[in-house]
Amino acid sequence: MTEIDEQKTLRPTKKERKEKFKNLSGIEIKRLYTPDDIKDFNYVMDLGESGKFPFTRGAYPNMYRGRFWTMRQFAGFGTADQTNQRYKFLLEHGQTGLSVAFSLHTIYGIEAIDEKALGEVGKEGVSIDTLKDMETLFDGIDLSKISTSMTINAPASILLAMYIVTAEKQGHTPDQLRGTIQNDILKEYIAQKSWIFPPEPSMRLIIDTIEYCTKFVPQWYTISISGYHIREAGSTTVQELAFTLADGFGYVEAALERGLDIDDFAPRLSFFFNSHNNFFEEVCKYRAARRIWAKRMKNKYGAKELESMRLRFHTQTAGVSLTAQEPENNIVRVTLQALAAVLGGTQSLHTNSFDEALCLPTEKAAKIGLRTQQIIANESGVADTVDPLAGSYYVEWLTNKMEAEAEAYFERIDELGGVIPAIKANFFQKEIANASYKYQQEIENRERIIVGVNDLQVREPCTTPLLKIDEKVAEEQIEKLLKIKAERNNEKIEENLNRLKETAKGSENLMPYIIDAVREYASIGEIISALKDVFGTYHEDSVF
Amino acid sequence: MVEKRKIKVLVCKPGLNGHDRGAKVLARALRDAGMEVIYTGIHQTPEDIVNTVIQEDPDAVMLSMLSGAHNALCPLIMEKLKEQGIDDVLVAVGGIIPDEDKPFLEKHGLKGFHGPGTELKTIVEFVKNNLKR
Repeated sequence: MTEIDEQKTLRPTKKERKEKFKNLSGIEIKRLYTPDDIKDFNYVMDLGESGKFPFTRGAYPNMYRGRFWTMRQFAGFGTADQTNQRYKFLLEHGQTGLSVAFSLHTIYGIEAIDEKALGEVGKEGVSIDTLKDMETLFDGIDLSKISTSMTINAPASILLAMYIVTAEKQGHTPDQLRGTIQNDILKEYIAQKSWIFPPEPSMRLIIDTIEYCTKFVPQWYTISISGYHIREAGSTTVQELAFTLADGFGYVEAALERGLDIDDFAPRLSFFFNSHNNFFEEVCKYRAARRIWAKRMKNKYGAKELESMRLRFHTQTAGVSLTAQEPENNIVRVTLQALAAVLGGTQSLHTNSFDEALCLPTEKAAKIGLRTQQIIANESGVADTVDPLAGSYYVEWLTNKMEAEAEAYFERIDELGGVIPAIKANFFQKEIANASYKYQQEIENRERIIVGVNDLQVREPCTTPLLKIDEKVAEEQIEKLLKIKAERNNEKIEENLNRLKETAKGSENLMPYIIDAVREYASIGEIISALKDVFGTYHEDSVF
Repeated sequence: MVEKRKIKVLVCKPGLNGHDRGAKVLARALRDAGMEVIYTGIHQTPEDIVNTVIQEDPDAVMLSMLSGAHNALCPLIMEKLKEQGIDDVLVAVGGIIPDEDKPFLEKHGLKGFHGPGTELKTIVEFVKNNLKR
């Protein structure tokens, strides 16, 4: 290339890389943002200070200047004993909270011995059947000192009961316990599909846990209202924002209907968002979420306490964005996604391991995931001031835009009669299916480039070491279960389960009855099966 | 004139995993390619799948598996199909299938093994080129 040629290519030109620039929600992005784009912007009303209404700038006044976000790596595989060792490994390397991934049979409330569990035991999470497994899982970990998040939905009340009893056996009272149960069934119908019962009895169980924890486990987060799975199922960023908050409104309305006081339960609701590839879109999503929630809680549901308006959230980087091609590149993707979550003000964070498009994370990959967070926290300086992106014309414009688009979705959901009727009409499911198909087409048409997948590919054999779950895990788990069943007081269990069933027919809170059954080593499968007798099960019409 | 019969495909999610984004996107791509597509939905046992095959008589069965249960469930599906005398249906599995598991699954008559990042048109072509009837 001659010098003149080079100058030609460097000369500014009106021609751009694409005709239109669009983010992952299809929002068109302009070349340049100016004060005109936020001309109605009111600093006090729209942003305010961090820790104050409407919380756009952050949930707390000093954010990470006080302490860093909780570094909470989601982990669980094989037997309780194997996962207990992984937890100890992560804690030794500076992880600050636990997060339990359960095996699919546990998630669906069936025993490891059930034929539907064939091939699944311990594969995607830790296999838990009875209190005995839970005692092993947390062996040597002081439950009064650590906070634990449990990704469990339909059987959430049972796992919470097991956690309470495990802590009790360690000598701790329920009011000392800190943690979260996901307990978000609405997004299961919408996206992840790990439901058991129909929506109405499922909502009753959730409100039972809210009511129980408000009285007895006051430091517990009773629901983690989750956009993560909605996004992983293929939604856009705006859909994730809107559908998640709509679910949140659904829980608030159900709890108010039960007669609970908003300022008693709302401070213990929490959120869980995804962090995907489009950096600014993600940052603005978190900022918009805080503002929408605060306004609704105050203006629509009549919350008086600031605590009830404060949206707190956990973030996980987008599993769906990880590629099986050149897996090491995922370390870079995760870093950018984690940075977006931090600049968006997350309270806790899981960074995915680079090998997760191939298998559950190996120890080494999990450590790199954790180290990514520690490097952002300690070395990058981004945690030294609150909401550093505020005031950018683009960031404030996009935050406003995402709020407006979410509000438009809320109107459509209201028109359908609320979240549950919208689920039954397949509204969310269709919106997500359309968005995920469109995204895939954009990749195939190369309107979106994924490095190493549809551009810049290299052909190389996969050399990433994979974590293998031994098929013996299932045998071991079944053996343990049968041993417990032979040793426990089976008459007492039958009595407890019958009482639970009778209570389920009425409207009394089920938590104390579930705790009684758990204490006697009734299995999750047995408790769920008793409740199925009363509540029935759910089936969906699959749309694509 | 007899109209050419459309290729009929059954897209299935065996096992307990409910992550069906891939299965749904694939179902739609096959439909857009002119095939008749039935999506079974999630939580299908081997019996459920074989019963649907008997009822619907598809040309191809596409299994989407992400949970690691493929070695346990896929051979079982093949056995049960054989028991029913069904041997002219293409059965493919895709999702997260480690390379080292492929020979075992191939031995049981499974094909495909399309993983994350595969272009949909590759799978459409695969179906067209591997039908057994």
